[in-house]
This record gives sequence, structure tokens and C-alpha cells, in this order.
Amino acid sequence: MKLTNLLSEKKSAVLNRWYDAILNTYPSDTSSFLKQQKNPFLNPVGSTIFQGIEDLFNELLQCKMEGERVSQFLDNIIRIRAVQNFTPSQCISFILFLKKVIREEIKDELATQHLYDELQELESKIDEMSLLAFDIFMKCREKLFQLKADELQRWTFRRLKKADEIYRQESVHEDIYDEITEFKRKEVAK
Amino acid sequence: MAKTPKPDELSKINYTPPQSSWIDTPTELKEGYWCYGAKPKNLEILHFPNPREWRVQDEDWKLPENWQEIILEGMKERLDKYRSFKVFMDICVRCGACADKCHFFIGSGDPKNMPVLRAELLRSVYRGNFTAAGKILGKIAGARPLTLAVLKEWWYYFFQCTECRRCSVFCPYGIDTAEITMMGRELLNLLGLNTDWISGPAANCYMKGNHLGLEPHTIVGNLSYMLDDIETATGIKIEPTFNRKGAEILFVTPSGDLFADPGTYTCMGYLMLFHELGLDYTWSTYASEGGNFGFFTSNELAKRLNSKIYAEAKRLGVKWILGGECGHMWRVLNQYMDTWNGPADFLEVPKSPITGTVFENTKTTKMVHIAEFTADLIKNGKLKLDPKRNDNLKVTFHDSCNTSRGMGLFEEPRYIINNVCNNFYEMDELTIREKTFCCGSGSGLNAGENMEIRMRGGLPRANAVKDVVDKYGVNMVANICAIDRAVLTASLDYWVPGTKVTGVHELVANALIMKGEKERTTDLRGEPLPGMEGNE
Repeated sequence: MKLTNLLSEKKSAVLNRWYDAILNTYPSDTSSFLKQQKNPFLNPVGSTIFQGIEDLFNELLQCKMEGERVSQFLDNIIRIRAVQNFTPSQCISFILFLKKVIREEIKDELATQHLYDELQELESKIDEMSLLAFDIFMKCREKLFQLKADELQRWTFRRLKKADEIYRQESVHEDIYDEITEFKRKEVAK
Repeated sequence: MAKTPKPDELSKINYTPPQSSWIDTPTELKEGYWCYGAKPKNLEILHFPNPREWRVQDEDWKLPENWQEIILEGMKERLDKYRSFKVFMDICVRCGACADKCHFFIGSGDPKNMPVLRAELLRSVYRGNFTAAGKILGKIAGARPLTLAVLKEWWYYFFQCTECRRCSVFCPYGIDTAEITMMGRELLNLLGLNTDWISGPAANCYMKGNHLGLEPHTIVGNLSYMLDDIETATGIKIEPTFNRKGAEILFVTPSGDLFADPGTYTCMGYLMLFHELGLDYTWSTYASEGGNFGFFTSNELAKRLNSKIYAEAKRLGVKWILGGECGHMWRVLNQYMDTWNGPADFLEVPKSPITGTVFENTKTTKMVHIAEFTADLIKNGKLKLDPKRNDNLKVTFHDSCNTSRGMGLFEEPRYIINNVCNNFYEMDELTIREKTFCCGSGSGLNAGENMEIRMRGGLPRANAVKDVVDKYGVNMVANICAIDRAVLTASLDYWVPGTKVTGVHELVANALIMKGEKERTTDLRGEPLPGMEGNE
């Protein structure tokens, strides 16, 4: 619990360091905008990331992480990074940044307060998060392909419906044709 | 054999992008961010230069040998012809007011999506070739030579701008960056560099009158399907007329409304409204497209494609023209049509035959937006409406870029929605009206292959939608644009799943009490009306 308490005290410093590390994955012109613009409507990327890492950090400090909640918090950030100019590893790398940030932030205490066991446990949770992140990243990418397929379907639906009706009408003709053939056959047989 | 990295090398992954200035940062054209190149047959139909098979991902774009000369000549011609282009090239002081206003920059974080930088891509070449300072000082004066890499960068980024003009609202000098993109695209087209998603529809439009290439019998056939659906929902059989000479009004709408859901429901709305009014109007199977993909190509092509509207109005002998819900169609009609293909002195100033209102604002164009027309009907108490039929919907309104910033149409759609729905919620004021965020896929970017770019561009709008979804439970985004209807459906499915998209006249049609209608149990989508669950 010592580590959790310590990190709760240093929450603001950890979050700021973590946020800066994430912003550094963007070009410098962009990161300064993401940092300075506080309005969530004018800066959805920056505000979503900051809110997301705060939620994730709070969840980490809880004794037990709740999978569904963590997934939602991760989703908010990954959904954005999944369509930005990142490779898959770059997209989800931000979670692992937290390990380095925490180690740097509590460097002195680590040496003096025997926190390694607790730290190891916390870092395992961060690893779990990164695995969840991979699932979410894949879902976002699969969604993109689904959107393309759905869009094509919307564009062609009425055309296909029409083609289907023409086909059915032709089937009706075929049925009538069969009936006539049958009738003629019977007539001949008489 | 490939070199296997050592563990210490593996741990040295640097996620920080290069911090070089834009001019020194090369652009990599990534798949998913660009649209396929124009097919030769479409360029041939449009009589555009350099029709050939080419692929964006190939090194060789099969350009004419003297391509630099062609571009610089084209630039000179346009600098002489368009005063605005010359002024916009010279007066930018790079104050940065526009930088963070672009939905693509906000969503992507790519600095070259800042309007100022996107314009610099062109300005740098302008400086290097047309200004003394640029010719002498070169890079120090922000100039650079026109290389193949520069040309490819233009192609990449001028098709990452939706010409929405949000940035121009904030520019203290009034620079219209959309016009810079237009010039950039015109120049690219001199080398046969267009996207097929634009040149294909433009070629269709040139040959058959509409982007989808629907021939007259297909248009009639498609509408007849909608008429069947209307009859199922209301019990009323509607029989519209086509190409009827002597009708009072010609109705023109984007062809997307004839084909793809959910635009088709909006189209059913028009049909029902006009039938209920007993309007003396006709559809045209020739002027069968209000939209204009020529507008995303060049001024000349836009003018050519637009000319059919007045020509058809003249041929049919109508008095005035009514137009459906569309975005860029209205920028063209409101700001360009009159000077391109007018004066339409053979038409009368539009006057509503139902209310007697004269639409003075359309004195020159003679073309009225359907939102103005319907708002006037409601204001004069000419429609019987039951907004409770839309009670299952919590609606917000997305202002389309072109109807808001291109013609100032803010109140009419809101007035209509408030009269046909009981639950209406505005999005944040920084994201509506003249400050509205683009849907993310306008100006011909609504292809399938560039879905990632579309999602980036759609983020700021979707983010504001998410806010009203979380706060008020909004489940329907209304708009007056065919491209919005098509692309918000995909964008919201990614960013705010479960939120649907509608045209305003679909809402009108649901609420409209029609003479002789049967008890309605479903809306136009075949879903049960509130209180009618289990009765459909």
C-alpha cells in the first residue's frame, strides 16, 4: 500500500509527465497545440487523452482493476490513435510509457523505502493494460474495414433489391411457363 | 539473411517524431489516406489532359516531360485571372489563427493539415518562381523549387482538405483557404492528377446528368420504389411527373437522395410534402443532379456541369427552381451559378404558390432552398403536423459547411425541426452555425479507400455529437446535406456507435398529417412509431 499512497500523492506530477511523454509522439507543432488548448470541443485529442490517462491511473491505484471500465478508458484513447499516423506499436506504446514515468518520479523513494515488490505488481497491471490495448486496437481497425463494407452495402442495397425483384419476376414467368408446358403435355396425352 | 537486432538495440525504440521544420520533413504517401487516381476513360470523357493508367503507390506517375512548365504556366495564368488567388498568395503573415481550426489538423495532429501550412505548400513554389525575394533568397524567403516530391505532397494534402472554409472564418485577413485548395487541385488537373472518386462522378454527370450515372428509366424506377414504400407507410399513392413542360416549378436535388440510404428517406419526404401541397412541379431526368463534383476539380468543369440546370428550366418553361437538401450544391447555386450561367432572366422571382411569399433573397438565382420553402409553409400554418410521431427521437442538428458558411442558412432548418420534433438539443456553440465542423468527407473525399482520413476529419464533429449523446441521450443527427447523410453514418458508427443520421425532410414527412392517410404505425424506415410498437 505504501506505493499506492505515494503515487496518490504524486498523482498530478505523474499524470503531467505521462501526458508530456504521449504528446512527444506528435510533431512539435502539434504537441504544443494539444497541450495549450484546453477546450474539449476544440481539442478533442488532447482532452480525451488527458481524461483517459487520469481515469486509467485512478483505476491502477484501486486494489483491483475492473476490466470493462479499463477497456472503456483505453478505448477512448486508442480509437483516436488507431486512425492517426502511427504504427500499431506506436499506437499503444503510451501505456508502457507509464512504467518509465513512475520509476523516474519515485526514483529516490524506490532506493530508500523497499518498494520493488509493490512496483512489480503495479507494472504487471500496466502490462495487462497493454494486452487489453492490443485487443482494442484490433477492434478499431476491424471496424474501419467493416465501415467500408457497410458503406458499399448502403450504396448497392436498392440496386440489389431491384435486381432481386426482377429475378423473382423472371421466376414467376418460369413457373407459368412450366404450367403451360405441363398443360400442353396433358393436352397432347389426351 | 536479415540482421537480427540485439536486445539493447531493440529497447532503443524512439517514438519521438523528427522535429525538423515542415519544409525539411519529407511526406510519405500512406495507403488509407489517399484516394485512387483518376481512370483514363473518365478524364477522356471530360476532355482533361494526360489520361493514362496510373497508380498512386507507383514511383512513376506518368507525367508529361514538361510537367513543371505546365504547372508554372497554369499558376501564372491563374494569378493573372483571379485577383483573390494573387492576394491570398501574398498577404498571409502566418499569424496562426487558422492553424488549429481545421478538422483534419485537430483529428490527425499532422502539421501539414494546418490551413496555413497546406497553403504554404503552394506558396513556397509561388515565392520561388514569381517573387523577387524568393528567387534571390530561396529557402530563407520561404521558397522552394517545384520537384516531383513537392507535386506529390500537393496531391496528398489538397485531397486532405474538404474546402469547408472553417479556417477562413478565423483569418484576420479573410484568406479563403478553400480557394487555395481549389487552385491547387486545378493545377494538379492540368497533369491529369485527380482522384477517381471525383472524376468518375463528374464524368457520369457530364454524360448522364448525375453523379451516379442514373439513366432516365432508372431514376423513374428508383423513385417508384420509394413511392411503393410511401404507400405502405401512409396508404397514399403518389404520382409525380417527370420532364413535364409547363410545370410551375422544377425540382432539383442531389442524386445521392435517389439512391443511398438514409438519403432516400429524405427524398420520400420531398415527395410526400409536394403531394400534400398539390404543388405544380416536375422532376427532371436530365437536370438530375444538384451536386457538382466539377466544383472539386476546376472552375471550368464546375461551370460546365452546372449549366444543365438553367438549360433544363428554360426547356421545360418553368417559372422558378426549387432545390433539395444538399451542401456544396448550394455553395455553387448561391455563389457561382448566376455569374457562370446566368442571368436567368427567363425565370420569375420565386413566389411560393401556397403562401404567396416572394423569396427576394433569390432574386438573381431564381432558386430556393427547400428549408426556406418549408419553414415558410410552417410559419404560415399551411402544414398539419404531429411532432409526437418523432418522440422516439432526440435530435441534434449538424450545420453543413456550405449552407452555413456559404449562404448563412442557420435558422430555417432549426425552425422546421422544432416544429416537427419535440426533443431538440443543440451541440456546443463552438461547433455549430458559422463555426460548424465539417463532416470530414466533403469536397469529394467520401471514397472508401481513404477511410482513415475520413475518420480523422470526422472526429471534431463526432466529438461534439458524443457530448449531446452523453448529456441528453441524443440518438439522431439531422442535417441538410446528402454527403453528410452518407458520411456521418460511417463516422458516427466509428466514434459514437448507435447514433443515426437523417435529413430534415424525413422528420417533416414523419410528422406530416396527410389528407386521406391511413393510421400510420411506422415511420419511413419501417420502424414502429412511438406508441405503435407491436402494431406495425
